[in-house]
Amino acid sequence: MRGADILGYTGSSIVGYHARSLLLLFAMAIGVASVILLTTLGEGARRYVTGEFSALGTHLLIVLPGRSETTGGSPPLFGETPRDLSLDDALSLKRIRQIRRIVPIAVGSAPVSWQSRERESMVLGTTANFLAVRHLRMAQGRFLPNMDPHRSAPVCVLGPRVRKELFGSQSALGQWLRIGDRRFRVIGTLGSEGRSIGVDLQDVVVIPVASAQTLFNSPSLFRILAEARTAADIPAAKAAISRAIRDRHEGEDDVTVITQDAVIATFDRIFNALTFTVGGIAAISLAVAGILIMNVMLVAVSQRTAEIGLLKALGATEYRILLLFLTEAGLLSLAGAAIGLGLGTGAAWVVGQIYPALPMTPPSWAVFAAVGTALSVGLVFGVLPARRAAALDPVAALARR
Amino acid sequence: MIRLTGAYRDYTMGTQTVHALNGVDLEVAQGEYLAITGPSGSGKSTLLHIIGLLDRLSQGGYELDGQDVTHLTDDKLARVRRETIGFVFQFFHLVPRLSAAANVELPLTLAGMVVAERRERVSAALESFSLADRADHRPDQLSGGQRQRVAIARAMVTKPAILLADEPTGNLDRNAGSEVVHILEELNRDGLTLLMVTHDPELSARARRQIRVIDGAIAKDHRGGPR
Repeated sequence: MRGADILGYTGSSIVGYHARSLLLLFAMAIGVASVILLTTLGEGARRYVTGEFSALGTHLLIVLPGRSETTGGSPPLFGETPRDLSLDDALSLKRIRQIRRIVPIAVGSAPVSWQSRERESMVLGTTANFLAVRHLRMAQGRFLPNMDPHRSAPVCVLGPRVRKELFGSQSALGQWLRIGDRRFRVIGTLGSEGRSIGVDLQDVVVIPVASAQTLFNSPSLFRILAEARTAADIPAAKAAISRAIRDRHEGEDDVTVITQDAVIATFDRIFNALTFTVGGIAAISLAVAGILIMNVMLVAVSQRTAEIGLLKALGATEYRILLLFLTEAGLLSLAGAAIGLGLGTGAAWVVGQIYPALPMTPPSWAVFAAVGTALSVGLVFGVLPARRAAALDPVAALARR
Repeated sequence: MIRLTGAYRDYTMGTQTVHALNGVDLEVAQGEYLAITGPSGSGKSTLLHIIGLLDRLSQGGYELDGQDVTHLTDDKLARVRRETIGFVFQFFHLVPRLSAAANVELPLTLAGMVVAERRERVSAALESFSLADRADHRPDQLSGGQRQRVAIARAMVTKPAILLADEPTGNLDRNAGSEVVHILEELNRDGLTLLMVTHDPELSARARRQIRVIDGAIAKDHRGGPR
């Protein structure tokens, strides 16, 4: 029997028993579509998160107060009180050769009001370098002026959402607004691209770091961002920062320095594992589709007993009949996989339209894996029915009516 | 042409062994017209299936065209069936979703013949059984007589030497039945060996040789000829 004839014959039985075929296609399509969609979601989340961390800046080191690891330390009786990070700690890091810029950050929450409108907002105290380190752009006006970090100044920069909520369509530049019990003049508004893990810059009010410290009546910093000169400088910079802070903190190792690369790599691993997990769960539905294929093909064999007997009487070998039924299972799985591929990518596209921030492109390995799994599941689960068909006794098969 | 010697076919039913064929010796020469009769369950269908290589002997020998086919592998049996034997069944056994032409083409397709030659043979076969205008009809659009003619065309399209017919008129009305019998007898006159299982005494009387099977053995072997 020729290849084209095998396809033609199985094609005729697929079309001839369309209810059964549609059912199989549907099951397979759902399985493949869910694998594609879920892995796309996982992959999208991974790329989103790593993208967010890269958007934080380049060659970034983040200094946090407190120590996440225990390396000996003081006796339990005294407990361990992590020293706060101070502005002078931050400024001392400027002397490190591998570091290009230092950005101290103080964070708090305060009511922000203009005329009769008031809202609670996150207030971020920092210096002029913040803009460059975080790769932000201004929508209007200027960022904080380059001045002595110890000096307060009654100026502020608004995130786009804060600006919109307080001022609506009116111009905010030059207006005086009230943050807590102090007055600040708006000198600029941020562009809308600033959105990242931890702090949503859409919603912040940026003021000079010394102003924030007086506003919140606290000398401590939330964290220090340090930008290394090159990627190769990062490890040396990390060691130098730890050393510098330890010297200032009377020999106590009480800060944590994390590098952005390490964070990105960690998230990468977490989300990869997550993607494989959800992909694996979705693959279970492919296995279910496979069992359905087996079930329906078994029904098909008993439904077409007479036909199988006839094929044998007409000179078909057992191998030929095995091949016919396997081809049918294979064709159905392949067609189902193709439909599922379309459905899955379509659904991913729709999700991408709803959440534009998520990069929703199906990973190519997932496409191959889903289609490959569908095909092999169809073939593996098609073997049993096909063998049953091949082994049918032609006399008994023909006796059935 | 066909030579069965000491042929037994046993079935196990529960704990009992049933001899569907109980020591049959039969020789059929080329071009013979043979009717096989007998009561239900006598083993006449089993005999036909054994001759048609759809079933295997439990004991004894079967020689077809001088070749010992008793112990051939499945592949070789399929080949012999494909090349030398045609079947016609009581219930036609047409594939319901295929057109008449596609049904006739099926054995050629299974044999792997090239498309052009297949088409030629199929249209010739449909022509000779006056089915040319029914080529694209599906079995459920055909009358019983037409269906059986399609089945005969399918059996004959491979140009077999032997045609085995199992109650070919059993599911047809009188007119259609006699039409089918005339077609089969016509083929026999052209040299085809025709073996027909039938209940119908009138039909069996038309054959030149009648054998009667009772309890798996040949009870009567009569060479008469048509009345």
